[in-house]
Amino acid sequence: MTTSSSPATVTLPTDEQILITRDFDAPRHLVFDAFTTPELVRRWWHANRGEMTVCEIDLQVGGRWRYVMVTPDGFEVGFHGEYRKVVPNELIVSTETYEGIPEGVSEEDGTTVNTATFAETDGRTTLTLLVQAPNRVSRDAIIESGMEDGLQDALSLLEQTARSLG
Amino acid sequence: MARAATTTDAFNAIAEPRRRQILDVLAGGERPVNDLVAQVGLTQPQVSKHLRVLRDVGAVEVRDDGRRRLYRVNGEALKPIHDWVKSYERTWSDRFDQLDLVLDELKQKEDGR
Repeated sequence: MTTSSSPATVTLPTDEQILITRDFDAPRHLVFDAFTTPELVRRWWHANRGEMTVCEIDLQVGGRWRYVMVTPDGFEVGFHGEYRKVVPNELIVSTETYEGIPEGVSEEDGTTVNTATFAETDGRTTLTLLVQAPNRVSRDAIIESGMEDGLQDALSLLEQTARSLG
Repeated sequence: MARAATTTDAFNAIAEPRRRQILDVLAGGERPVNDLVAQVGLTQPQVSKHLRVLRDVGAVEVRDDGRRRLYRVNGEALKPIHDWVKSYERTWSDRFDQLDLVLDELKQKEDGR
């Protein structure tokens, strides 16, 4: 059991952005490797919600990537995109398109620009993932997709607040 | 910022950092506007503007108490939005917990060299 397990934090800096931050108890070259090596990505990207059936990474400017996951009940989700900027161990800027875009939504509206930054302090790495959506509707749809497991925090601060206010 | 003041969507109303700050203060209990001004570090017109946005989307309620107006959080209105972000956060936390395991292994390999 690792001692570094801390929750990811999600904030919404603007109407079109999602910012995900997490600290790792490892130097950044290892975090970068785990992020960009297909055999390694296959082991964590599924988030325990299924199995990755495709993991292709051509890590160079203009290179493509594609991830596909199949859930235990057979639901397939795919994402692909293109690398726009790669600074080894420091920075990756890439596009990301969800392959299940509903009909009527343009590819452009279904595409985000993601910036992953790896910063190391005292052997630990802070990873920040900035997701830039084309518009608010697109941003909200991405957040909503996280509702798949639909669990509710029974003791969330706001609930407690609501109760205390009667 | 001018645009933010006109938002009618609860999600965006509370995504604005200053308004989240106001909600954090109100999470501690009902407050008059002067308390908020003191704690958030904005002018009264600025705080009032943010409160109006929060009231428009139902995130904050107000009642009169003598000559004062007291503001409070409407937890029920905020809960779906809170859950929404929390669930997204959980997916990424689960993903990164798996990544921790991979990193532990990579560290051991590197130390073993």
